[in-house]
Amino acid sequence: MLNTQDILETINMIREENLDIRTVTMGISLFDCVSEDPERFCAKMYDKITKSAEKLVSVCEEIEKTYGIPIINKRVSVTPISIVGGAMDRDGYVKAALTMEKAAQALGINFIGGFGALVQKGFSKGASALVSAIPQAMSETEIVCSSVNVASTKVGINMDAVSLMGGVIKETARLTGDRGSIGCAKIVVFANVPDDNPFMAGAFHGMGEPETVINVGVSGPGVVANAVRRAGNCNLTQLAETIKKTAFKITRMGQLVANEACKRLGVPFGIVDLSLAPTPAVGDSVAYILEEMGVGKTGGHGTTAALAMLNDAVKKGGLMASSHVGGLSGAFIPVSEDAGMIAAAECGALTLQKLEAMTAVCSVGLDMIAIPGDVSESVICGIIADEISIGVANTKTTAVRVIPAYGKKAGDSVEFGGLLGKAPVMPVSPYDPSVFISRGGQIPAPIHSLKN
Amino acid sequence: MVSSIRFIQKPAAKPAQERTGTKMKAVITVTGKDTTGIIAGVSGVCAECGANIVDISQSVLKEYFAMIMVVELSGMNTSFGNFADRLEELGKDKGLVIQTMHEDIFNSMHRI
Repeated sequence: MLNTQDILETINMIREENLDIRTVTMGISLFDCVSEDPERFCAKMYDKITKSAEKLVSVCEEIEKTYGIPIINKRVSVTPISIVGGAMDRDGYVKAALTMEKAAQALGINFIGGFGALVQKGFSKGASALVSAIPQAMSETEIVCSSVNVASTKVGINMDAVSLMGGVIKETARLTGDRGSIGCAKIVVFANVPDDNPFMAGAFHGMGEPETVINVGVSGPGVVANAVRRAGNCNLTQLAETIKKTAFKITRMGQLVANEACKRLGVPFGIVDLSLAPTPAVGDSVAYILEEMGVGKTGGHGTTAALAMLNDAVKKGGLMASSHVGGLSGAFIPVSEDAGMIAAAECGALTLQKLEAMTAVCSVGLDMIAIPGDVSESVICGIIADEISIGVANTKTTAVRVIPAYGKKAGDSVEFGGLLGKAPVMPVSPYDPSVFISRGGQIPAPIHSLKN
Repeated sequence: MVSSIRFIQKPAAKPAQERTGTKMKAVITVTGKDTTGIIAGVSGVCAECGANIVDISQSVLKEYFAMIMVVELSGMNTSFGNFADRLEELGKDKGLVIQTMHEDIFNSMHRI
């Protein structure tokens, strides 16, 4: 029999603590859309996406109604376009991005991901054309997301790709300069990119994935922050237990929604992504969890340790609650999307350097960070190379989503609106790494023994 | 080989409220300022929609009213969404918050 206490706890989590399902993302394979003719490829892709995900939005709305749990975003991810669009030139890829946008708008979804390439070891013709098309594609679309994997622990870092991505990001910032350089918020540069990530901007449908699949990303920083607050003056062992139990409950809900969505759509279940994903809403912040744990201000000394414990406890609690866990799974620290991070950056407690250290122990990487618009390409490449090498050396996923805010300088702020929030422009180191970056080539894969 | 891909994709099952044989339940929570006729209103909608009330607990703290009602759905003559909408409407008329949620969300969160 249902217990009143349990019922009230669940309802309180949803109503007061911003518990929600962040995203139900449907992965769709586009391998059967391959064609020599860009027009034909785009037509086939449009049909495949709109047919496969036809019921995605309506089914998610039914589930929201049935369980009373909000599903914030409905998204689609597709096979990386550079792989299925191989033969096309730059213009063909721009057209493909516009077709993705059209299909996504027709479905009524919030984002579509997969306009990307995997270039950790080198560029195929298609990958090269796609990467050159990213700035135009991102400026002419609203909800198409792009990701490029430039490194992996197995093969090392493709520094030619890193050096190219600095220019791509800079150019995208310029092209979308009138809109706060928002195009850059839809581009992620990855190391060790996962195949089944439901979160944007990095979602794509990996090569070994089934024809279609449902991946679900849960959220819930507000619930964890409140649980930590209620735990009161306990030691860290007890606090870790509290976080684990809370993560378990959040993830069970994600698994329930995933099961139900799969049943109603007739699509196999992929994974639940156990991430703590913040939103700009007050009380839905990962930074506030850290501050609730006792770190005076996020970014101060002790932050990395608190974040490491939080990240680990979330995974441990969530793992048992789901039959398959995947994606990025961990605590996200996107600066512009987290009210606590914004406050910490604005008062100077949180710096780019500290964020970099934090990414070594948590999910994703340097995420949604605005930097001055006049930062040089090689400095952006340096930021990417540093972050990517953390992922490669530690056998984990890391990523960079920086926004060189056109016409802005350190101390200003950029407003993106919606889930993307507001980014304080953070200062970067002025020293020039251009000689290092222009060397190009491949940083070899790291050794896997003699670890320290 | 091609058809085997289709084979592993399980056919869509019917939505929970359409499945037969199992007794699906929903939890209705009503919160707000106490007025007359709250239970009458909620149970009236339940009766019209064919939802059978199996448990009610309520408390009134000062002027504040809170009720949790568990209903069984196998005899429902309308969709879950419609049922939830009607209760929500009723709540709006009476200045209350009425939320209807499938019991599975509580079971999955609090039972292993």
